Amino acid sequence: MTESASSEPEPPSPKPRAAAAGNGMRLVVPLQGVVQGRGGLILGSLIPCALFYFFQLYLKRHRSPKRPPASSSNPPSPSASSPNHGDLARTSSRSNLLGRGSIGPVQLSSRGMAIAKPNDSPYYVGLEKVAGDPFHRVDNPDGKIQLGFSENTLCFDLIERWMKENLMDSLMGGDGAELSINGMATYQPFDGLMELKVAMADFMSRVMGKGVSFDPSQMVLMAGAAPAIEILTFCLADLGNAFLIPTPYYPGFDRDIKFRTGVELIPVHCRSADNFMLTVTALDQAYNQARKRGLKVRGILISNPSNPVGNILSRETLYELLDFAQEKNIHIISDEIFAGSLYGTTKEFVSMAEIIEAEEFDKSRVHIIYGLSKDLSLPGFRVGVVYSYNENILAAAKRLARFSSISAPTQRLLISMLSDTKFIEEYIETNRRRIRRMYDLFVGGLDQLGIQCAKSSGGLYCWANMSVLIALYSEKGELELWDKLLNVGKVNVTPGSACHCIEPGWFRCCFAALAEEDVPLVMERIGKVAEMCKSGQ
Amino acid sequence: MVFKLNNQLLSRMAIGDGHGENSSYFDGWKAYDSDPYHHQNNPDGVIQMGLAENQLCFDKVEEWLKKNPAASICTPEGVAGFKDVAIFQDYHGLPQFRNAVAKFMGKVRGDRVSFDPDRIVMAGGATGAHETVAFCLADPGEALLVPTPYYPGFDRDLRWRTGVQLVPIECDSANNFKLRMEDLEAAYEMAKLNNIRVKGLLLTNPSNPLGTILDGDTLRNIAAFTNENNIHLICDEIYSATVFGKPDYVSIAEIVDEDRKSGRNVLNLDLIHIVYSLSKDMGFPGLRVGIVYSYNDVVVSCARKMSSFGLVSAQTQHMIGSMLSDAEFVEEFLGANRARLAERHGAFTGGLGRVGIRCLRSSNAGLFVWMDLRRLLKEQSVEAETALWRVIINEVKLNVSPGSSFHCSEPGWFRVCFANMDDETMEVALGRIRAFVAKHKEAMKPARKLCAQSSLKLSFSGRIYDEFIMSPRSPIPQSPLVRART
Repeated sequence: MTESASSEPEPPSPKPRAAAAGNGMRLVVPLQGVVQGRGGLILGSLIPCALFYFFQLYLKRHRSPKRPPASSSNPPSPSASSPNHGDLARTSSRSNLLGRGSIGPVQLSSRGMAIAKPNDSPYYVGLEKVAGDPFHRVDNPDGKIQLGFSENTLCFDLIERWMKENLMDSLMGGDGAELSINGMATYQPFDGLMELKVAMADFMSRVMGKGVSFDPSQMVLMAGAAPAIEILTFCLADLGNAFLIPTPYYPGFDRDIKFRTGVELIPVHCRSADNFMLTVTALDQAYNQARKRGLKVRGILISNPSNPVGNILSRETLYELLDFAQEKNIHIISDEIFAGSLYGTTKEFVSMAEIIEAEEFDKSRVHIIYGLSKDLSLPGFRVGVVYSYNENILAAAKRLARFSSISAPTQRLLISMLSDTKFIEEYIETNRRRIRRMYDLFVGGLDQLGIQCAKSSGGLYCWANMSVLIALYSEKGELELWDKLLNVGKVNVTPGSACHCIEPGWFRCCFAALAEEDVPLVMERIGKVAEMCKSGQ
Repeated sequence: MVFKLNNQLLSRMAIGDGHGENSSYFDGWKAYDSDPYHHQNNPDGVIQMGLAENQLCFDKVEEWLKKNPAASICTPEGVAGFKDVAIFQDYHGLPQFRNAVAKFMGKVRGDRVSFDPDRIVMAGGATGAHETVAFCLADPGEALLVPTPYYPGFDRDLRWRTGVQLVPIECDSANNFKLRMEDLEAAYEMAKLNNIRVKGLLLTNPSNPLGTILDGDTLRNIAAFTNENNIHLICDEIYSATVFGKPDYVSIAEIVDEDRKSGRNVLNLDLIHIVYSLSKDMGFPGLRVGIVYSYNDVVVSCARKMSSFGLVSAQTQHMIGSMLSDAEFVEEFLGANRARLAERHGAFTGGLGRVGIRCLRSSNAGLFVWMDLRRLLKEQSVEAETALWRVIINEVKLNVSPGSSFHCSEPGWFRVCFANMDDETMEVALGRIRAFVAKHKEAMKPARKLCAQSSLKLSFSGRIYDEFIMSPRSPIPQSPLVRART
């Protein structure tokens, strides 16, 4: 209406309208003036803005101080969807403008809000679904089978037996009752007891091959690999910096590295043609692209054996990585948490520590992450290691360890266990043997269903190519298959997209928490879904 | 084998780690570490009175553990549960653990309130719990108000990795260092004038280092203030079971309960959070059990996810779950804890009183006394306090904590811990104090002799004092507190 009026040089409409209307026209006239560019700009824009502002002020002043609906409607479960989070953020900045006494929704920090949002990654969703309906051979034979969590229960019998035979030592620390109470009830060094560091150093060199020895004084212990990687990140990178990371990678890194440090992860895509092995070309490309985007790369994070593929990096690749890091003046973080979970027979695991010891590289940029969650099957005990050659990083990590220290009685128990070298040797060897057996059974079973796995040598999982089963060769197709496997097949696997894999159709299947007799059932269920897909359902 | 730094390779946080190792505060710790007191082996050594540990009720715990072998998975009775415990890493925590801790927290408050196990979130000790709460509630540059004097660790735990600021609210001895509403309001206004965005108020109740508690009315007024201004109220209640005398302890949980039960429903519960731990109340710092308890569901969710960085060992959860479910044991333990603390506190303050040294009178909680040595200062200044402190360490051979490290605005106060030793050691400490006071009675007012060292000028804005240096067993002094990056 007003537009057509404004196209005429002399609008005839205002006059008759002004004559006809009452109070309303006093508002409309300035607005028309704005549109016609006749100096009604100030009034025409100020008045509505002012009205809006005062209306908001009125609303805020008179809103009840009770729990705002947005946050109170959330059930405590972390998976609850909270669609109002975005609104909360915006409103808070407005409440700031209104100053003291404004009653608005309660503000958490922006990073707090981001973290509290439910995680819709299939990695986490799958884990939760199984937790709600877990398979049990006797009690719940129709429950969902967990193949999405890389844990190892194959050698618990050994540990249980050791516990039974060595109980007094394990609690009392070998020194009698006196030590146990004082040990747990007084403050201990935050970066771990020296005896545990010595025991861990010994364990690590047994696990990684006798060619390398670890120095306990270069170790900082903390409550799990998650705090270990976070603390190392805080030491190596500032907010907004980045690490290069080969894909596919462990979904947990998105949390452990990014959550609170504000450090970015830049994927370096690896392809099936290379068996998902990292190439320096890809690394270089990713590095340059990051630079162009203005991101400062502080390091490369590799996992070796890799998760989720299970590759072992060759000596040559490790040399190339070190050269690259030296050239760009960045760090290398080698997550070797699966070093003891090997099943391959052709390739030999080489730790970064071994390369570094032997060659003339600048050691100050190399750091190793380790832990007992995988190789000793004790994730509940929370033991992680940062191993570094850089004394400044060590000093910084030691101070940060106070936020994540290992519980003292757990340290004492482990000192006992790890010092029993005969038991440890037996454990390492038996563990490898049993993992190998499960791997053969599982991969063999998949093979019979026409599903091939990537060539791998370590880890508690295999990397299966199910692209033949997906209708649409895309992430969407992959997720549809994942959903079928989870809800129809009742088997939870981790889809490649959750691991940032660039090729759709790959799935990580963990087999080390299964019993041998359950494998045929797993294959049957996967087979059923495969049939469904092939017949186009 | 360990290479020297190439500075470009380090993050600001790694570089910024202050060489607070050069801080003269370290003299106290160094003195203790190099010459620790021992009854037989080193009777002239430095006695550790700067570490707030509670060692008075070990025997009760030992006894319980002997009678309940199944609580430990390292016994024939308990080993059957080993597998489930060893594999358990769910960040919700063992249900038995959460239930037991919730029950314990209720018992500590005389069962006047109950706690919801689903709101119990684990953290790496109280240190981790405080940091988690700061991460959840405030962004870098935002601030929390904290009444002084306060625990020096807050400077590190709340600020270091989070980038959050602390704005002190000065309290003084004129009213026993109790927080006054006018000071709280003034500090809040001042912060706003300086364009500092205040997200919350952190109260330690019972207080460290004062050993006092807040009465119900003050707590209500404070809660009303934070509620009205829509800022968070974080209550650090880690000393709640160390209240050994009248008046009775009032927890923020009781204020919340009162508000709801009365039907007034004025308080916005999304603003209220409690930090707890077993390190002080039970004397279990080695177990690293930190708890975040929030009435805000989003904070619970956020803190729970962050708890991956500081989960309590499942072995410990299992043991604590058993121990704290034993209502009879808990009752007995809490009673003994209070009685022994009362006795020790009485004996210590009595001994000090006999030589004319006063402690904060209203103190009825905590593992320490807030000792008034203002009369012994040659002048009312921080330098004089530091000089006196050095004398106490080097001559009297007691490691105590000077008030300035707690950001106390009045020089001359010292925190002295008494619960981390046996009776005999306490007597020795008192004896030394008696001797010192006697010697300096003549030299008190105009005395210049007290100050032995070179006149070190210390500015307290940056120097932070780390109290959690190593326990007696470890020879390496812990790194000092780090100056937070702003």
